[in-house]
Amino acid sequence: MSALIEARDLTIWRPGTKEPVLSHVDFRIDPGEVVTVVGPNGSGKSTLVRALLGHMPLAGGQVVRQAGLRIGYVPQRVQLDTAMPMNVRRFLSLPRRIDAAAASAILARTGVEGLERRPLSQLSGGQFQRVLLASALLHDPHLLVLDEPTQGLDQPGLVAFYKLIDEVRRQTGAAVLLVSHDLLVVMRSSDRVICLNGHVCCEGSPRQVSSAPEYRALFGGGAEGMLALYRHDHDHDHDHAVDQAHHHPRGASPDA
Amino acid sequence: MIMPWIRRITTRAAPARMLDDFFIRGLLAGLGLAVVAGPLGSFVVWRRMAYFGDATAHAAILGVAISLAFGVSIYLGTLATAMAMAVTVSALVSRGQAMDTMLGVLAHSALAVGLVGVSFVPSARTDLTSFLFGDILTVGRPDLALIWGGAALVLALLVWRWQRLVTATLNEELAMAAGIDPRIERLVLSISLAVVVALSIRVVGSLLISAMLIVPAAAARGLSRTPEAMAAAAALIAAGAVAAGLWFSLRLDTPAGPSIVVAAATFFVLSQVFRRG
Repeated sequence: MSALIEARDLTIWRPGTKEPVLSHVDFRIDPGEVVTVVGPNGSGKSTLVRALLGHMPLAGGQVVRQAGLRIGYVPQRVQLDTAMPMNVRRFLSLPRRIDAAAASAILARTGVEGLERRPLSQLSGGQFQRVLLASALLHDPHLLVLDEPTQGLDQPGLVAFYKLIDEVRRQTGAAVLLVSHDLLVVMRSSDRVICLNGHVCCEGSPRQVSSAPEYRALFGGGAEGMLALYRHDHDHDHDHAVDQAHHHPRGASPDA
Repeated sequence: MIMPWIRRITTRAAPARMLDDFFIRGLLAGLGLAVVAGPLGSFVVWRRMAYFGDATAHAAILGVAISLAFGVSIYLGTLATAMAMAVTVSALVSRGQAMDTMLGVLAHSALAVGLVGVSFVPSARTDLTSFLFGDILTVGRPDLALIWGGAALVLALLVWRWQRLVTATLNEELAMAAGIDPRIERLVLSISLAVVVALSIRVVGSLLISAMLIVPAAAARGLSRTPEAMAAAAALIAAGAVAAGLWFSLRLDTPAGPSIVVAAATFFVLSQVFRRG
């Protein structure tokens, strides 16, 4: 099977310097695969994503994207300036115009139906992330790239959000590249985890990575606790009820 | 009994006809500018480019000095300097310079150099205020053709690239993911801005063009739900400000350019009072 995106020996400098943000990174993601990139702040996670999308000049190595690859992208910390009036319906028609039916269908799919006329500035954090996801899902992407998609969401919010991503992946078969430091929640649904800190520290299945010494060194003592929680969650599948309880008020919020 | 009436009518009639003519020309020039200042000004507001507008507009005074010194068209000289300033500034923005200070330095230096330059040209000294504040009532037919032609050109450019411009303005990363190069869109706006500044030097002058860009767009913000609605509302408000400002200028014998901006500012205050939501 050919990779959707493959990067070999990637080196990237901090803009305007020759200081490497990433050095000699190899990366690949295959169709339908869920790959999570974890790492501390400043470890080059977002830089890697931008390089894979072709938004960064490379100092070394190469990135090969499959011909005709359609990518849905949710960038990190999208902060929309309130200077521009923008409602959800209009936002979904950027940069390609879509019809009303397609807009309402995609909003329903991400659990924010009926919000078409709501200004983006009046959405809650969770609703906004779901609208961004809806926009990324338009035009049937082969690969969904989500850079810290749950920043600013509370615990139940982020659990619900990852559950949604899981659902979407099952429905569409799209591959998912996820950047996150919500270690516990994220790793559970990943096929492969890459632990990044300027270079690839360790890589493998969630279980392999979470027990790797490099991973523990990087995330310190907290990682032990995480691991315990991780195993705990696998033993008892009671988080479903939590999801339900917290999903409801976020999904269908009353109109203001 | 009838005589005084007749005399008053006849003495007013001849100037009135003349008045109509230059008034109409001024009005048309102002409306041409308003149509393009609305959408372009919206981008200035969305991108927080107010200071950028100032720098470009102030560079136009330097253009006036150069045109008068070398005997070329005012429009050509101001277009060249405004364009040079716009391209310089957008190159600096792309390189991630601290823009506030840099733009302040550039804007005021350009204005000062322009004013000093103009002082060397005796013919320009006398009507310096007309370049600073415009002289809409002296607009001739060729000016009118240039203003409408230029405005139509810029408007066509904005309409053609509208989706890309809006996306790149909203979020550069989302734009790049959709295959849009934000640098090109920034350049499109910079060039449009330079053209509009050059066109408006006769109408509102270089000190007030920023106001014509920003004030109507700011007034439209509170009344609109989408970028298109805001751009259209800004154009309408700008057009209303031109008409109201000129009318007041004529009635109260106030300077035309500033009167137009006062009218726009009044619309802004009203829009704050009747804001939606």
